Amino acid sequence: MRLRLPTIAACVMAVLVLVSPPARAWLESSMTAQMLVQLPLLAAVGAWMASALPASAGEWFARRDRWGINGLLLASMTSLVWMLPRALDAAVDDAWIAGAKFATIPLLIGMPLALSWRRASLVLRGVFLAETIATCFRLGWLYQVSPQRLCSNYLLNDQQRLGYWLLVIGAALFVLLMGKLLAGRFDPGPDAQMQGGER
Amino acid sequence: MDTLRTLLLSLLIVIAGGATLAAATDGFRAFTTESARRLAVREHAVPVPDFPLQSASGGHFTLQDLRGHWLLVDFVYTRCQAWCSVLGGEFAQLQDLLAAPIAQDRLRLLSISFDPVNDDPAQLAAYQHRFGDRGHGWIAARPLDGASLNLATRVFGIRVIADGTGGYIHNASIALVDPQGRLVRIFDSGRPDVVAAALQEMLAQ
Repeated sequence: MRLRLPTIAACVMAVLVLVSPPARAWLESSMTAQMLVQLPLLAAVGAWMASALPASAGEWFARRDRWGINGLLLASMTSLVWMLPRALDAAVDDAWIAGAKFATIPLLIGMPLALSWRRASLVLRGVFLAETIATCFRLGWLYQVSPQRLCSNYLLNDQQRLGYWLLVIGAALFVLLMGKLLAGRFDPGPDAQMQGGER
Repeated sequence: MDTLRTLLLSLLIVIAGGATLAAATDGFRAFTTESARRLAVREHAVPVPDFPLQSASGGHFTLQDLRGHWLLVDFVYTRCQAWCSVLGGEFAQLQDLLAAPIAQDRLRLLSISFDPVNDDPAQLAAYQHRFGDRGHGWIAARPLDGASLNLATRVFGIRVIADGTGGYIHNASIALVDPQGRLVRIFDSGRPDVVAAALQEMLAQ
């Protein structure tokens, strides 16, 4: 498969739209919009970009990404950095940090997640999802109860509203995961198939 | 072979990620903008530039005129119902707790308004009166132009955002400027005893 130029162009366009001053002004005007709309959209663009990678690049990464662990690890580490209140503040105030945000969230979170997820085993996916749910609850609870503003650029009621929505999202993911565990069908993943493993 | 490559890359990601996190938090010591600012000031004193102010008595002066004294500085707006009332009461308490150095003219307290359009000298005087000004050592003042206001809030790291109902939300803290005119410490508001104790220690040195 060759580099898919139309998809790449569309992804670049999507990032440009998100970087444009009106979109930034709107999505960065509240902590809730930034964390629940802007950052997920950027990651989604990265995931989309993964489908446009040339096969050779995909194979290069696949050889260094057994069980999908490195894509998930890279995405987790990058997310940790952008979960720092300081980093979110700086990305609003400083053009260089903003540039880093708009580049690393698609390339180091969205893209590796999309590439590694299908390689990840059932157990690894479960651990990753459980940790995502736990993070939603931890941050949501912190934002709900913290009497202090954690981001200098945003209001306390905005922080509490974000906390509420993180709890809702964490609960929804939990219900989905439980539903899948109780009633779903499982794809054991390519590794298990290769090893003749069973579900 | 793939396993080895994978583990090697994992190691790289963990090292690079750890280094980035350490750099972004000053070695895991500051996770918010506010704590980062305090840490930075504590480690490297920041020279405070000169800017003109008008006091509650209507007189004009510049920050340079206050050199040679220790200065405790806070930022307020007099219509404020929240933090500024805490800060106002706190400055009156500090006048009591630090009465000796104030009487010796080694220390001054300075409240700077970030709402200079509304906070004219009369409003500033009323603010001080409302919170029990003891009558000496506490200056309330407003910057006279936008450039001075921006300079002051930037140097002292004060972030002011509109709260949507005509008021402002701002970080409440008390800054300490040494007699050489350098910002050396930033204290939490709400603990005048801590501020007074730290100051007594520095004055004793």
